[in-house]
Amino acid sequence: MLLSNGGTAPASMDQGVARWAAEQVLSLAPDAASRKAGSKLGAAGPWSGAGCDASGAVWGLCKGSGSKPYQTVVDTTGPAYKCSCPSRKFPCKHALGLLLLWACDEQTVPLCEVPEWADEWLSGRRSRAAAKEQTGTGSGAAKSTADPEAARRRAERRAERITAGATELEQRLADLVRGGLAATERSGYGLWEETAARMVDAQAPGLAARVRELGAIPGSGPGWPVRLLEECSLIHLLDSAWLRLERLPEPLAATVRNRVGLSSAAEGPAVRDQWLVLAQYDSADGKLTTRRVWLHGRESGRTALLLSFGAAGRPPQLALPVGLMIDAEVTSHGAGRPRAELGTQFGPPATIDAPPSGGPCASAADAYGQALRDDPWLDSWPVTLTRVIPVPDGTGWQLVDADGGAALPVDADGGAALPVAAAALTRPGLWKLVALAGGRPVTVFGEFGHRGLVPLTAWPEDMSETVPLI
Amino acid sequence: MTTTASASPWEELVTSALLGTDRRTPPAGTTPAGKDAPVALLDAAALHTVRRRAGLSPAPPAAGGTLPEPAPDDARRALPLPARRRLVQLLADRSGPSGSGGRRGTAPDLTALLPQWLAAANEHGYRAPASVLPALLDAARARTDLRPHALTFAGPRGLWLARLNPEWKFALRGGSAGSALPDMGDAEAVRRLWEEGLFAERVALLAGLRAHDAGAALALLTSTWSTERAEDRLMFLDSLRAGLSDADEPFLEQALSDRSRNVRSTAAELLSALPHSALAGRMAARAASCVAMDRSGGTEATIVVEAPHECDADMQRDGIVPTPPSGRGERSWWLGQLVEAAPLSVWTDRLGGRSVREIVALPVSDGWADELHAAWCRAAVRQHDADWSRALLGTPAAPPSTGPGTTSPAERSKLLAALPDDERAAWVAEFIAAHGLSEAFQLLGVCTVPWAAPLGRAVVDALDIARDAGSYPWSFSGVMGLAERCLSPEEADRLEVLTATPDEQEDASPGAGGYWSEAFQRLVSTLRLRAAMHEELSTT
Repeated sequence: MLLSNGGTAPASMDQGVARWAAEQVLSLAPDAASRKAGSKLGAAGPWSGAGCDASGAVWGLCKGSGSKPYQTVVDTTGPAYKCSCPSRKFPCKHALGLLLLWACDEQTVPLCEVPEWADEWLSGRRSRAAAKEQTGTGSGAAKSTADPEAARRRAERRAERITAGATELEQRLADLVRGGLAATERSGYGLWEETAARMVDAQAPGLAARVRELGAIPGSGPGWPVRLLEECSLIHLLDSAWLRLERLPEPLAATVRNRVGLSSAAEGPAVRDQWLVLAQYDSADGKLTTRRVWLHGRESGRTALLLSFGAAGRPPQLALPVGLMIDAEVTSHGAGRPRAELGTQFGPPATIDAPPSGGPCASAADAYGQALRDDPWLDSWPVTLTRVIPVPDGTGWQLVDADGGAALPVDADGGAALPVAAAALTRPGLWKLVALAGGRPVTVFGEFGHRGLVPLTAWPEDMSETVPLI
Repeated sequence: MTTTASASPWEELVTSALLGTDRRTPPAGTTPAGKDAPVALLDAAALHTVRRRAGLSPAPPAAGGTLPEPAPDDARRALPLPARRRLVQLLADRSGPSGSGGRRGTAPDLTALLPQWLAAANEHGYRAPASVLPALLDAARARTDLRPHALTFAGPRGLWLARLNPEWKFALRGGSAGSALPDMGDAEAVRRLWEEGLFAERVALLAGLRAHDAGAALALLTSTWSTERAEDRLMFLDSLRAGLSDADEPFLEQALSDRSRNVRSTAAELLSALPHSALAGRMAARAASCVAMDRSGGTEATIVVEAPHECDADMQRDGIVPTPPSGRGERSWWLGQLVEAAPLSVWTDRLGGRSVREIVALPVSDGWADELHAAWCRAAVRQHDADWSRALLGTPAAPPSTGPGTTSPAERSKLLAALPDDERAAWVAEFIAAHGLSEAFQLLGVCTVPWAAPLGRAVVDALDIARDAGSYPWSFSGVMGLAERCLSPEEADRLEVLTATPDEQEDASPGAGGYWSEAFQRLVSTLRLRAAMHEELSTT
């Protein structure tokens, strides 16, 4: 399928792949320095022999300090990059510069035939992808057939260790509540770090992460005892659930296993759809960078979360520019859970034509409430709000339903408001959202949870663009 | 321990957890029975937490249901897509340090192009895309030189947004933000802002009104003149410079008796720029009495100068400063001021009906030439007189030290500003062709952008000559930077040949060839980028 329009593009093909916006290209940059270096290369100056084709390939020669120019190729379906420069960053500044040039300058990067030096990598990549597709979807099944008996014994041993860890953690929580949470303000981080380390030993990374987060709560501002009690009680709930796992219905048991830290394979059937890339953002936690990409299926109406990880300052490899729509297969990690894996992509991405359908503020609270039934440990849930207005609220902001058109004030009884999460306030994205709305209704995609809404993406009323807020 | 009756079960749980169940057992009914107290408390807390989260519902809007005013409409056109992408790119680059001397590589300095892009977008009448407004305001906050263009481009929605974030307060204060001012036709609003506004707002208001209705601005200023502070009076008076006319004369005459010396001298300066004013007439009479043709015998016509012997009270009232700076003689100091303030038209009659060029060429007796010519230069600048400026500049090919009027590049650039665009560019081009770039920087600064073809060619040729002479490009980084911003993009193709790295010459500075090639590459790519920028803004 992919090979049919790979390689050389038919000469009659005069319509190229939708060129991305500069923001979309810059969102791929692994760090601020690359973003800057890439921007500098996003002008015709150092480039020669640049071009693109209808399959989504972009290539060019970039003059560097040496005598031989660097050869840069990007496959925008993926996206995947190749560059002859020695940089270890990914994508490198040349790939970013080339994509910026492609985005902005149709003269310097015209539609033309793939040169030989670029084709080698492109067709190699595409035939590998085709081959992978042919070997079938059961890659997960293939792995597990290696030695089922040994795998079962390993799983059993690990479950025992987790059980020991959960039991110990229960004891510690009980001791804590018996002695009083007030004492934690003096005991500091050490207490939690040590407990978290015990949970790592017990091979329960999910418990370890939760325990580590407790350390930041004592003394974290007004109401900290309430937050600490809430989080402690949810860990207690998770411990108790693990210790009585066999008495839980299977979907909930799967959630508990997952929350404790047993990874699950993508198992659901692959769903082919037009997936809208709604948001992409990174969070750094010590040595690990986690990248979250939210997708929404145009046909299926499903929302999927792609996770990818990068170690020690390296950005995760998966990068999908917000505002694009990809024809691809996505495999879920299980019913009721948004986590999924991206499978085969069919053809180059297009630009999002319309935001996902959404609802008023109340629908976001409903959706989160429903999701908690399947997973009580959820901090937030992806929601799309239509026709909401960002409104300042003392020191913070709210999104307010705009029933009945922009000019009408919202009725105090009928109108409803969601707080925008405090974490979002410091982001420049909040101001982008406010500017985009201009006091009028917009569509907003974000994560809503008990701390409020974190807006991630917005569309103005005329839906003319998809604006990432991060 | 007793608890108040109003405490909810959840508050009871929190209190017990905080103190510890050993000290305070939660009251019966708040936790499940039959379990160890801490475990029972955690059970109850988990139930409550999940129930509370699942039961979240939106609150009534904080503003009590009234939404704030939406941003005003902006009727300007939306940017074409490529131009919009370019803007994002230009704004994304702004955090970087701007190139200052030294080696700067071959990539264009995007930060330097942002003002030009904004000016062009404003000329085309585009409105800023809403999503870039925060970045635009941040950029304008960091760089005052960007503010006027950036705020015009940001338009009413930009100002609406700036009101919501204290970091963007500058946008509401700056006089450049025309939209913060009331409608100039609304006399009531104008009057209110004049009486209640901050100083900067009042300066902006006066300037705005002056452009709209010069007479009304003067009337507004007169109405409160006597109550203003001296520094404020000076700034307000300065705003009359725009649209100055004979109608302003009575007010300015009156200001000649102001308490503040700076106000007096500014009033005198403004009056002297009105050739028909009484002050200009008085100055003409005084200056003419000091300068005459020598008819005492010699065959060659010569100007003789008899500088004033005193600076009387009337002269002082007309703005002549009696005390010279140290190192200057009193009489020449007074003469200079008289000639500077006298209308230039007086000299043709006074000096035998000669043309301006002939007058400037006349010899001056007793070494007064420098003094007299310098005063004429200042008068030509003040009166914006093209004929006199042309004559005083002389021919560009003549060595800079022998100019008829002035040898200082700063003064020359002021004189040049009085010439029509084409003539100015041609003069500077010829100057550069004859004398190179070392003194050209300030002269280039007053030429219109993009540079006219002959001027651009002269600059490029001079750079080429500097390269052949073996110097380093950063000795010319000022001119190079100007060329990147001001050279016509059409020159790019012609410049292409200069980007090759030449063979090392024996007498050249080590590695200079490579650096020049890099500098020319940057120049070419910047020009191409500017061409693309303008093209993107022109597509409909």
